[in-house]
Amino acid sequence: MQFMLLFSRQGKLRLQKWYVPLSDKEKKKITRELVQTVLARKPKMCSFLEWRDLKIVYKRYASLYFCCAIEDQDNELITLEIIHRYVELLDKYFGSVCELDIIFNFEKAYFILDEFLLGGEVQETSKKNVLKAIEQADLLQEAEHNWSVLNLE
Amino acid sequence: MCRDLATEVEKLLLQPGSYVRKKAVLTAVHMIRKVPELSNIFLPPCAQLLHERHHGILLGTITLITELCERSPAALKHFRKVVPQLVQILRTLVTTGYSTEHSISGVSDPFLQVQILRLLRILGRNHEESSETMNDLLAQVATNTDTSRNAGNAVLFETVLTIMDTRSAAGLRVLAVNILGRFLLNNDKNIRYVALTSLLRMVQSDHSAVQRHRPTVVECLREPDASLSRRALELSLALVNSSNVRAMTQELQSFLESCPPDLRADCASGILLAAERFAPTKRWHIDTILRVLTTAGTHVRDDAVANLTQLIGGAQELHAYSVRRLYSALAEDISQQPLVQVAAWCIGEYGDLLLEGSCEETEPLQVKEEEVLALLEKVLQSHMSLPATRGYALTALMKLSTRLRGDNNRIRQVVSIYGSCVDVELQQRAVEYNTLFRKYDHMRAAILEKMPLVERGGTQDEEAKESKEAQLSEAALVSTEPPASKLLDLLDLLDSSSGAAQPPPPLEPSPGGTLGHLLDLPCASPAPASVPNLRVFEREGLQLNLSFVRPPETPALLLITVTAVNTSGADVTHFVCQAAVPKSFQLQLQAPSGDTVPAQGGLPVTQLLRIFNPNKAPLRLKLRLTYHHLGQSVQEIFEVNNLPAETWQ
Repeated sequence: MQFMLLFSRQGKLRLQKWYVPLSDKEKKKITRELVQTVLARKPKMCSFLEWRDLKIVYKRYASLYFCCAIEDQDNELITLEIIHRYVELLDKYFGSVCELDIIFNFEKAYFILDEFLLGGEVQETSKKNVLKAIEQADLLQEAEHNWSVLNLE
Repeated sequence: MCRDLATEVEKLLLQPGSYVRKKAVLTAVHMIRKVPELSNIFLPPCAQLLHERHHGILLGTITLITELCERSPAALKHFRKVVPQLVQILRTLVTTGYSTEHSISGVSDPFLQVQILRLLRILGRNHEESSETMNDLLAQVATNTDTSRNAGNAVLFETVLTIMDTRSAAGLRVLAVNILGRFLLNNDKNIRYVALTSLLRMVQSDHSAVQRHRPTVVECLREPDASLSRRALELSLALVNSSNVRAMTQELQSFLESCPPDLRADCASGILLAAERFAPTKRWHIDTILRVLTTAGTHVRDDAVANLTQLIGGAQELHAYSVRRLYSALAEDISQQPLVQVAAWCIGEYGDLLLEGSCEETEPLQVKEEEVLALLEKVLQSHMSLPATRGYALTALMKLSTRLRGDNNRIRQVVSIYGSCVDVELQQRAVEYNTLFRKYDHMRAAILEKMPLVERGGTQDEEAKESKEAQLSEAALVSTEPPASKLLDLLDLLDSSSGAAQPPPPLEPSPGGTLGHLLDLPCASPAPASVPNLRVFEREGLQLNLSFVRPPETPALLLITVTAVNTSGADVTHFVCQAAVPKSFQLQLQAPSGDTVPAQGGLPVTQLLRIFNPNKAPLRLKLRLTYHHLGQSVQEIFEVNNLPAETWQ
């Protein structure tokens, strides 16, 4: 996978994860073009499109578009599964996730993504393991927070 | 950074904690992508890592091996040994490896399955032994996977790709094509898209198998979804063969009428190409091209016009038929430029057949001369017509002057009006045709008779014909076109000796130079005729030599190469050579190779002169040199004497 973008129906970018090194300007340009192209698609159209030399796989969940760019030799259908798995992870963590959860807790969304995908490849296929890792990270964060609060007093 | 940390990552690969190992493997993948030379560090641990039970680590390892194999053929050979092991892993996964945490809707760990299948594909490519080992497994996966949900379909799709890419058994390949056929009938658009893409890849190798699914593919053409219809279009074009060409062209043409604009060009060129390769009869071919031009005229490629004219020209028995069809098409609509161009050409060539009145193959069409002329004039005047189209129309009008039996006054009128047209090309043609009427009326019939069949890539023939026409009116041309010369002193010099000369400045084509250009085309590589060289000038070490070439194809042309050599001790700088010839000649000076002639016989400066001498008059040449040498600026003007007779006879 080369990159993953999440954006709303109005075209506002909520999440972006890049697995290839690109300059800021290029990233902005790609984002703008891609958002325009995907938003222009009608609801009944298929989830795949060719854009530049990449394949774009996108799926709409409620008001958010999840958009992945994969290379020529990658399997499009399994990418749809990857997107779905990520949404399930978010759902399990936030409990019935909605766009607001992602807006206000975007760092958690990134953590979950980083536990699921690494370097553009799936690193953990078990939902349980991913969520366990996140839970452990949360506990660590809590412990540190408590410790620093105690120290201040 | 990758190089520095590579050894660290290698150590981490063997760490006890699975969490860390999982991440280390994927880090290794990324490192190899960045720095392929690190492959040999990460190759040894792979064998051990394959024994892992943890799915995450296993997945990472498979990805790592895939990367290694893709980047180095040596690694590929090394890892062929693990094919049986991979087969075993996949088999356990499919048969007994069901675990709730890894499965999606009944398919156990589809991510891992897809990744293993992909690695098997790479390992089995072009390798009989490995492909044989996987045959059973692939068949098992293909038949046992639950296809009600997307996860199953994803695995099935990957299996099909692997079957196609490896040396699998024939039965297995048929199974793969059937699976794709099933995908095509699926309601889910994504699945259909994926099926169309894979069938396109397969169509070269398993053509007959894919042909069986042709009706379904054609159905997909009617999809409103643009990505799907584009894929279906490509696949349909690939599936056209001599047996189904009529039906397919029918379908494709109805698609052309309703398709989105960005697909039109591809569709039109595809139809034309298919028609060219598989046309059952010439008449069908002409009909097809005609229909494409009327529906999508503006989107066809540029050579469609040329192809069609050549085709019509070759089909003698169909001249009457084609000219009638084209006339009716043109009468309806003059906006589609390629159609108008072909129609104009045809009417010009076969206008007499149009007026004859009867033709068995179309309904009787009574066309009067006045109508034909009116139509061509309409094309000429329409603001929708491109300049090229108007050129076609004007030439057609001219040709009709010999074909029609009536009075030529109307044609003469139009032609003389366009003699003052703003467009230079049209103006030139109109003036030439005007002259044909006035001075060379006796030659008109001969010049305007029917063109012989032009060969493919015959643009040169057409230009040769054009140049013949131009040659006859050349004498008239020179007087009508304004002299474009910028005057130099040389003008006065030759004036005194033999009337006004027309020396052009270097690089600007002389009046009537268009004529020179037309004739330049055939003589790209002149065969040298043997004319002796001439030394024309020498002063203080600077010598000027002329060498002559008379290309045999163009007897009126003389090429002179002026070479300036400097044998003195000092460089000659700012060297400029200009030439003048008498009025009846045309001279063209090309850019010199430089303006400094280095000392001691260094690289000479050369310059090419082209002299056109249609009247074979005795050649006179005057040269003017200006340069700086030995601290002085020198100007020399002299006439070249003792020019050998071969240069102008």
